[in-house]
Amino acid sequence: MSHDFVRSEITAQGLSVFHSESRVVNEVSFDLEIGQVHGVLGANAAGKTSLLNALSGDCTNVMGSLFLGTQCLRAMSVLDLARCRAVLPQHAGLTFDLGVKEVIQMGAYPFPEASPAQVEYWVSEALADADLSHLQHSGYAELSGGEQQRVQFARVLVQARAIAHFKGYAWILLDEPTSSLDPRHQHMLMKKIKSMTKSGSYGVIVVLHDLNLAARWCDRLLLMKSGQLIANNIPVLALSASNLFSCFEIHMHVIPHPLCSQQLLVLVNDE
Amino acid sequence: MRKPPLSYPLGLTILSMLLLFLMTGSIINGAYHIDFFRTINFISIQPDALDEISRNVLFNIRLPRVLLGILTGSALGVSGAVMQALFRNPLAEPGLVGLSAGASLGAVLAIVMTSSGLLMISISAFICSIATTYTCYLLGRFSNSNSSMVLAGIAINAIVFSIVGLITLNANDAQLRDLTFWNMGSLSAANWQILSLLFPVVMLGIIFLLTRWRLLNAMLLGEREAQHLGFALKSLRRQLILFVALAVAPLVAVTGGIGFVGLVMPHLIRMWLGADHRWVLPASALAGASAITLADWLARVLIAPAELPIGILTSLVGGPFFIWLLIRGHTR
Repeated sequence: MSHDFVRSEITAQGLSVFHSESRVVNEVSFDLEIGQVHGVLGANAAGKTSLLNALSGDCTNVMGSLFLGTQCLRAMSVLDLARCRAVLPQHAGLTFDLGVKEVIQMGAYPFPEASPAQVEYWVSEALADADLSHLQHSGYAELSGGEQQRVQFARVLVQARAIAHFKGYAWILLDEPTSSLDPRHQHMLMKKIKSMTKSGSYGVIVVLHDLNLAARWCDRLLLMKSGQLIANNIPVLALSASNLFSCFEIHMHVIPHPLCSQQLLVLVNDE
Repeated sequence: MRKPPLSYPLGLTILSMLLLFLMTGSIINGAYHIDFFRTINFISIQPDALDEISRNVLFNIRLPRVLLGILTGSALGVSGAVMQALFRNPLAEPGLVGLSAGASLGAVLAIVMTSSGLLMISISAFICSIATTYTCYLLGRFSNSNSSMVLAGIAINAIVFSIVGLITLNANDAQLRDLTFWNMGSLSAANWQILSLLFPVVMLGIIFLLTRWRLLNAMLLGEREAQHLGFALKSLRRQLILFVALAVAPLVAVTGGIGFVGLVMPHLIRMWLGADHRWVLPASALAGASAITLADWLARVLIAPAELPIGILTSLVGGPFFIWLLIRGHTR
């Protein structure tokens, strides 16, 4: 196990992503650190998913430099990438019906060297983390949309734990992981990734639409507008009324939470 | 709560026993009946328990034929399961990428153009089926997705079958008869020489495909998700197609058209055992082998001493069965 903590950050310099000729992410630069939850916010078509695709290595139509530690991310093989980061896509169906556990076990596929007992342990942890223990013998197809999303999240957790086990650190990329979840599971999921990053072995990049969820759980927020980064800061500084207006074109108030002063509350003022 | 009715290992055991039963039945029963207990005696202790004719029928006719059937059924079953997962489509089968169309073209070319015997027909069918599959693959490569390969396969199938039609127009009566029978499929060509040629190639293909169950499971999530799990689809897809062709093309070349086994067996297995490819692949192989063994047994005895082409039986039973599957799937 090599604990490569110093060289585990994701660094982008002048990163652009193209989608059939048009530039959907326009020369953004940032550093993302292990140990933090990075929230990516922005209006529809602001380039959030494209940015996440570039970071996950899916997009080949990319310009600029993108490094994972000292390695050029774009030059890494598909397998190398799978052994560095886990990705939760927006939608995931299943062609033929598998059992919940069979889907979650796939998270360990990039690591055939992991022992079956080890995989079994990761799977049972993930089942508990995603609140799926009572559904572990069900078929994927019979679950509700939110439950399916949690199964996919559990699969990502298994992959992340396997990566952290063999590599020392792991990146977790989540594209709108809370879109079909009820409030309890939204917070459960965010709380889980927050506590995992606290351990110092995980870094999370999460695309979110719920500003209050982002304000509550993210350590840093990246605000995007038309492919550009208009803020990259801690929530208190990133979530200014002016930033939010230029990002979403709607007036919002940001006030301290009336019950816990450490937290922020974002309210829409549509008059 | 969904629990598969059977555990996977139990399912495999049942299928193995079924195959063993069908094998035994198929070997001893036929136009010439071989006594079961004498056969057991013959195998275990008494070399003279079977007379000359029985021994001849057993070793030179039935055994190679049953083994060819098992080889064919396993290859078709595994390939069908692989293609359905690879193309994320329950209707996929090896024919989708031009394997069968190519084999037909090769057979027609050999029969009509050169009026040659079975060996030439087989070689020609093999070369043409590899060629059409590779063409589909090349055309599909223009875009990095499966659907373009399926579309290329449809186009290639149409083109190849029209060429087959054109050549058939020039055939004489004897050639037409050969052609028709080749298309209906038969295991009657089986002998030890053909088996020894086929066995290493086909087994290599089957064994390789059996080891790729992780990739096929990941494919069920989607192409991007499979890449996220570390599978470089571009090259792996090519590998899978290559090994499917390796397993199926030489067999189709020898046996002709045996339909529906590759399509139906994986469905049955998934309904019965679940969709985890770790088990679906070997179970489909066993089920395919059982189906072909049974079909060939029936083909030999139903109108004995004459023989039905096995392809007719598999399609005649497989077709309605498949329709039943579809209706059942919709009404549930």
